[in-house]
Amino acid sequence: MILRRARYELQGRLGGRLLAAFEGWLARRRHSRRRPGPFGPPLESSRKLKELMSVHYFEGRYADGAVPVAWVTSGFPVEVLRPLGFHAVYPENHAALCGVQRLVPALSDAAEREGYPRDLCSYARTDLGSLCSGRTPVGRLPRPDLLACCTNICQTVLYWYRALSARLGVPLVLLDTPYVYGSTKPHHLRYVQDQLEELVRVAERISGRRTDPEALLATAGKAKEGTELWGECLAAGRHCPAPWTAIDGFFHMAPIVSLRGTDACNAYYRMLRDELLDRARRGVGGLREEKYRLLWDNLPIWFAVRELSTLFAARGFNFVCASYTEAWAEAGARIDLADPLGSLSAAYTHVLLNEDLEHRRTLLGRLARDYQVEGAVLHSDRSCKPYSIGQVDLRERLARDLGLRVLLLEADHSDPRAYTAEAGETRLTAFMESFG
Amino acid sequence: MRAVALGVDVGSTTCKAVALDAAGRTVLERLEPADPRVEPQVERMLEELRAVAEPGAPVGATGYGRKRVRSSRVLTEITCHARGAFAHAGRPGLLVDMGGQDTKVIRIGVHGEVLDFAMNDKCAAGTGRFLEVILGRLRVPLAEVAGFARAADRKVAVSSTCTVFAESEVISLVAAGEPLSGIVRGLHQALAARVAALLRASADAAGEIEIWMSGGVAQNAAMVAALEEALGRAVAVLPRPQLVGAIGAALAVLPGGHP
Repeated sequence: MILRRARYELQGRLGGRLLAAFEGWLARRRHSRRRPGPFGPPLESSRKLKELMSVHYFEGRYADGAVPVAWVTSGFPVEVLRPLGFHAVYPENHAALCGVQRLVPALSDAAEREGYPRDLCSYARTDLGSLCSGRTPVGRLPRPDLLACCTNICQTVLYWYRALSARLGVPLVLLDTPYVYGSTKPHHLRYVQDQLEELVRVAERISGRRTDPEALLATAGKAKEGTELWGECLAAGRHCPAPWTAIDGFFHMAPIVSLRGTDACNAYYRMLRDELLDRARRGVGGLREEKYRLLWDNLPIWFAVRELSTLFAARGFNFVCASYTEAWAEAGARIDLADPLGSLSAAYTHVLLNEDLEHRRTLLGRLARDYQVEGAVLHSDRSCKPYSIGQVDLRERLARDLGLRVLLLEADHSDPRAYTAEAGETRLTAFMESFG
Repeated sequence: MRAVALGVDVGSTTCKAVALDAAGRTVLERLEPADPRVEPQVERMLEELRAVAEPGAPVGATGYGRKRVRSSRVLTEITCHARGAFAHAGRPGLLVDMGGQDTKVIRIGVHGEVLDFAMNDKCAAGTGRFLEVILGRLRVPLAEVAGFARAADRKVAVSSTCTVFAESEVISLVAAGEPLSGIVRGLHQALAARVAALLRASADAAGEIEIWMSGGVAQNAAMVAALEEALGRAVAVLPRPQLVGAIGAALAVLPGGHP
């Protein structure tokens, strides 16, 4: 145990960094040979991001047996697990990584062979397929001691994590968050908090530790600060030209999802924010020439994100904001250090996908105004029904109330088999042509 | 009058090419079934048009094969159909373009610009291909479709919205002894209902505005009648409906712009 712990710490501090440095060197070699495209100079912080995430995944390879390991959904209040020493693994983030690397069809096939249908969310299929086949782009995912699932992003996670629990023989804790129609009542939040308190006891038993109230406060404080810093990074996009693109944001959101509540996460976002504000001051844009500003709704199309962003950038269209990245900046405001568990219950109940359509409409309207966009692409994501439902109405409202040009694009966040690239490109190009 | 601009629309079923004079009038037009070898077919068609055009006349390209054409400008068929329709009508309208592979509903503004558009997604069940597959199965020649549909004395419901399933459904209806004329009419009504659903949102946004139709399917009178019935509104078929996209592509490169 002690040796494993030492190896885990060492690999995180040294091995992961060496690997990240090597990968960074390879990437720089590739970049130096690349022709200049429609994008502005790359963000310096990207190197640090790569290092941060490489270290996180590299460390993870040695986590089981060294520290308690939890696999958690992106919307789970990880703040209660960190003080107990858990290494948190985010299968959704891992699935996104598989999506970018176009591994999903093969992983999904592995899951489908086990009987999971193709109609399931592609993240769930990727995760289960990775588990069934042992294939992963990160070397190895540590075996969990605990599965922690929160239904604030969808109901699929419940069945997905139950399947994981059955396959791995690992306990599952569930945080069920009532859907928010307008506002929450005190008994809604009490219900969430009761579950949170109960699952903390399970996590304590598994980790063999008691929650140190000071450590919980510190983690909640870091999570609050982290989401605020992330919000500041996003807000830099309000400048014209925007110093980055929302597509950059999709990649740079990895720490706020996977490392929320840690010093490393906050240090990273301070660096990124400073760089973005500096670029904004110097007028350096995410694109070489920003002619039109757009909003993106829903998850990115990971497997085509570079092709699509280049298609837009080549014509001077910049996605300057996205509801998906913005969702991760919203929770922080509700975290109250005077009542960590109560406020975490509220913060994680009031997340974008657990709020009603009116909330989404208000958010999109606010983004459209704050970021001065002229159009929006609403990605109707086959794999994410909670996010996609209501987009036909949202499209109408954005067009009617704000005079935006709006396109509804059918695709999937990580399964290329649910996207017709040629038809999609025609649609997107026609949308751009309609700006004149 | 010699042509000054050429337009090519490389569609999924047919390849269209037009040569326009400086006033935007058609000097020469060509229409052929689409060849999978796009480049040689387009080059040959363009050569024919160049015989009546000024040397170096620019080429506008559109359609699914647009990127395979050596052209001065490449535009999507949505923009080109809008331009072609507006050049004819000279006023805003709502265009239904029913081609072989997809159906588009395009709302056209006062300057001929695309205000918004909707298309069928990932499925051919609202398109010319749908009719082609099923009418082929029924051995009803396209030229006789309208007559068949008119002759129907009662409605036969075709409920499937998928081309493959609709084909099976039609086989079952034939086996059940339903008359061909009723089935043909039912098919058109099923298709019209899908297009009407696509159209309704744009029609609501546009208010009382003319509805036009272009694309190969616009030549099918039974389809136009079924669409009018589904919408409860008149649908005007644009002249030479299959060429509207190619005309739009040529207008986009017309020197000095469209008069």
